[in-house]
Amino acid sequence: MAYLTDRKRAVGMGSAKTGTAHHWQMMVTSVALLGLIPLFLFTFGHIVGAPYAAVVAYYARPFPAIVAGLTFLVGAIHFRSGVQVLIEDYVHGFARKALIIAMICLSYTAAATGLFAIARIAL
Amino acid sequence: MAEAKRAASPINRPLSPHLTIYRLQLTSATSILVRITGNALIVAALLIIWWFVAAATGPAAFARADYVITSWFGKLVLLGSMLALWYHLLGGIRHLIWDSGRMLDVKKSEQFGIVMLAGSVVLTILTILIL
Repeated sequence: MAYLTDRKRAVGMGSAKTGTAHHWQMMVTSVALLGLIPLFLFTFGHIVGAPYAAVVAYYARPFPAIVAGLTFLVGAIHFRSGVQVLIEDYVHGFARKALIIAMICLSYTAAATGLFAIARIAL
Repeated sequence: MAEAKRAASPINRPLSPHLTIYRLQLTSATSILVRITGNALIVAALLIIWWFVAAATGPAAFARADYVITSWFGKLVLLGSMLALWYHLLGGIRHLIWDSGRMLDVKKSEQFGIVMLAGSVVLTILTILIL
């Protein structure tokens, strides 16, 4: 190791992997959520607390249903990538990989469950 | 291995200040809050998805989820999450502005930090008033 130059020691240790794609995905999903979140907040906020029949009738309508479905999907992708950065900063070794995989599974499970519920109410 | 690497390096790099002796600044505090709010929103997300699944399942399941989400604790979680959501959204706008190469100086970052802190409270109150 003592014969290696500083540059040789640094090669492959840093970035230039998938960081650009990750960052771009975060930018795209955050711009999408900038529109989706207020729409979801006002549609969901409008109907939460209402009786069962009213809730089911409301989410059988296309606009609230599509807004909720898109929010679940894009929100899950955004969370998936965001929580990965959190884990990478504070958790190391095997636990890092295990936690990242677990959170990716949680993200997609949550999105799929939400989409299934919306589909079942709407159709 | 690690010791050998360090000893071989001729450059004496400065170490970043440790968290416990680092003075909390508006820029770092507002940045950490973006991370905390974003990740904490998973709680409300799972609660809301459970409510949707309950609505898709039937009246009995919906009654249980509706009871939890409209209880004082459920309302507290939703209210706190709404504040976190608006704050995180404003923090996201700051990131998008930074990514475009604008407002990168400390003064403007701090000013936007105050906008995020105050704006999230204002937007939360406005949302409650509109709903």
